[in-house]
Amino acid sequence: MNEVAERTGLLADYDAGGRYCEMFGPPGMQAPVPHTEALRERLTRMSLEDLRERAHDAELELYNFGITFTVYTQKDAIDRILPFDAIPRPIPPDEWQTLESGVRQRVTAINRFLRDVYHERHVFSDRIVPPDVVFSNPNYRPEMEGLEVPFDTYAHIDGSDLIRDDDGTFYVLEDNARCPSGVSYMVENRHLMLRTFPDLIEDQPVRSVSNYGQRLRAALGEIAPQGIDDPTVVLLSPGTYNSAYFEHIFLAREMGVALVEGRDLVTENDRVFVKTIRGLQPVHVIYRRINDDALDPRAFNPDSLLGVPGLFQAYRKGNVALANAIGTGVADDKALYAYMPRLIRYYLDEDPILPNVQTNLCREHEGLQYTLDHLDELVVKPVGEAGGYGITVGPHATKEELEHCRQQILDRPHNWISQPMINLSVAPTLVDGGIEPRHVDLRAFAVTGRDTWVAPGGLSRVALRKGSLIVNSSQGGGSKDTWVLE
Amino acid sequence: MSNLLSRYADAIFWMARYVERAEDLARVLDVTETFSRDSRGGQDWRSILDLYDDAPKFFREHNEATAAAVIRFYTLDDRNGSSILSNIGMARSNARTLRPLISTEMWTQLNIFYNRLRALGPQEIAEPRLARFCSMIKEGCQTHTGITEGTFYRDEGWCFYQLGKQLERADQTTRQLDSRYHNVPSSPDEVGSQVDVSRWNALLRSAAGYHAFRKIHPRGMTPADVAGFMLFHEGFPRSVAACVDEVGERLTQLRSVYNVPGATAAMGRLDDLRGLLDTDIDGVIEFGLHEYLDRVQQYLNALSVEIGRDLLGHAPGPHSA
Repeated sequence: MNEVAERTGLLADYDAGGRYCEMFGPPGMQAPVPHTEALRERLTRMSLEDLRERAHDAELELYNFGITFTVYTQKDAIDRILPFDAIPRPIPPDEWQTLESGVRQRVTAINRFLRDVYHERHVFSDRIVPPDVVFSNPNYRPEMEGLEVPFDTYAHIDGSDLIRDDDGTFYVLEDNARCPSGVSYMVENRHLMLRTFPDLIEDQPVRSVSNYGQRLRAALGEIAPQGIDDPTVVLLSPGTYNSAYFEHIFLAREMGVALVEGRDLVTENDRVFVKTIRGLQPVHVIYRRINDDALDPRAFNPDSLLGVPGLFQAYRKGNVALANAIGTGVADDKALYAYMPRLIRYYLDEDPILPNVQTNLCREHEGLQYTLDHLDELVVKPVGEAGGYGITVGPHATKEELEHCRQQILDRPHNWISQPMINLSVAPTLVDGGIEPRHVDLRAFAVTGRDTWVAPGGLSRVALRKGSLIVNSSQGGGSKDTWVLE
Repeated sequence: MSNLLSRYADAIFWMARYVERAEDLARVLDVTETFSRDSRGGQDWRSILDLYDDAPKFFREHNEATAAAVIRFYTLDDRNGSSILSNIGMARSNARTLRPLISTEMWTQLNIFYNRLRALGPQEIAEPRLARFCSMIKEGCQTHTGITEGTFYRDEGWCFYQLGKQLERADQTTRQLDSRYHNVPSSPDEVGSQVDVSRWNALLRSAAGYHAFRKIHPRGMTPADVAGFMLFHEGFPRSVAACVDEVGERLTQLRSVYNVPGATAAMGRLDDLRGLLDTDIDGVIEFGLHEYLDRVQQYLNALSVEIGRDLLGHAPGPHSA
């Protein structure tokens, strides 16, 4: 036990194990952090049985509502819920202010960088980033060179993955500037909290996240082609078999726009139309949840059946807007990540508000040597993967795993980065054995049209396996309602 | 949404049809089990296969139309695309597609309903419990209908929902009528016998029309009266005439209120159907009941095809790439 303060009830036996705790604060503190006091007190009045029963109801509700992602096996399609942990994760106002401005700064730099990469390319001539970091990235889209986009905004929807170290400092772990998902869980977790734990959240100064859809719809309206006063916006989904289909439904509903698939759209005279019962109707803005290469078989992958033939030409002509723009994948690559602090200084002439995790690039001799020398202390990640795949956590790896990792790095050094092990803060989480600390991260969501808005909340993902640092839903992660306090 | 996607219109139309089909199937199974068994024993289970033209498919996997085999085939057999489980599964899958459009309650109910069905074991459909199973299906389908009535936004989507539901219902009624008629022994001695009456009785009950029929025909029960009632009685919600009336209203609404251009061609097919229905049971018997039902089905089918082509976008339009 680190905290001296007396504890009763539900949290009496809770021990954060020397980690920074989102509920109790840094290890060794005399008293738990004050902003969680009201929440702790309410939790204390609840019995473990009650908490468990209501948590069970909440998960059943997710299942019945179909707030699920689908896992396909050879035989079956299985609907899985993202496990919901009933104990919320509070964030105090001052910390949020830092996170909010840090995320905004980051998104601004990303958009400036993308503009530069596809136009002037000062970033290379000024030797801030080596060109091949960008040009060797398969997500670089030469088709975008010289193409103007409204407000120079490329990453309209951005997700920043934030983690907290033992000393309480927040770091940006990853930028997601392509098709970040998870925002539906931010909103649905709150709705679930309001329905199943009204007594926990009632009268608490928690900022609302339920207007995300309207903010997004407004931003998408701003980027419509010139002269279109009342643009038709659609959400383009790969279809019901996509694992994030629930989120597509959610966002289409929240925005009051049509959820379409590629087969619902056609192009004619470089304009995009949707097939309706009254014939073809024009479309002006597409929030697309399919990847660049699947967007248009004429311009990109010719085998894609998900996209719309001719879409890119319509986009080039400025007759339709896409969010996100094509080619944003060069900005959220794990290799480019290492340059983000420099990019922030370069484009904005500001110091980064949120630090990066120190990153060793195996493409550079020094970084490679350091990585190989400290393999058992570092977290090694492939640059191109997402979803927690391909990661080796040095301190937790077996000798064989480390050897395998070393070989992989030596085979293709430019494909790997390494970072020091960040412990990730913990939060009290309901598990089989009672309430125990589990590691959490935070994905913050930013929406950019003319300006950037950061949703006052986020998706707190929690690694439900004891000691695990991997929070991804595909790797046994759950989620918590995130309370940004006023 | 001001502009209904063709794909959504199609999904709504079929969602309604699948649920209606599942409900009618449950009615038929229930009545076969309850009212027909003491007449000719297991023979009646075979008649259901004829009713749905499923005998060839069924006998590919089974040697005999036993009660257990037929019941399983039509209830929980997920390899049979026309089983109750398959129909509810397809309705749920359409509802999933339609989630941006339908109420959360509509989706949630179908989702729970399907998951519950999928979890059922074989003991739940054993003959002694079949009535309970059928009640559960009927209730599930009627709950869907009620939730839809109470929560589904009234616009073009609602019209397509009703079109699907009423066309399916009319189709089911003609099928049931035709099948029972076919199974009526042709020997004049047997007409009006115990077996005969129990079949017509069962037919009315499977369409939930027995009590309504009794209101109009307090005494006796002739095949002609039953057939006339099920074909033409406008107050009976499962009569062909009532369903076709509803179809007409929705098509008119699509054309005049929502200015959907494709509705015009479908109106033409509807007029053919109305012309066919402009007769009475005596005229039908003179024409031949089976021949008449056959023609009604053809016309219903032609109308469905027209709706599919012009309203639901099954055929490529002039602009399609």
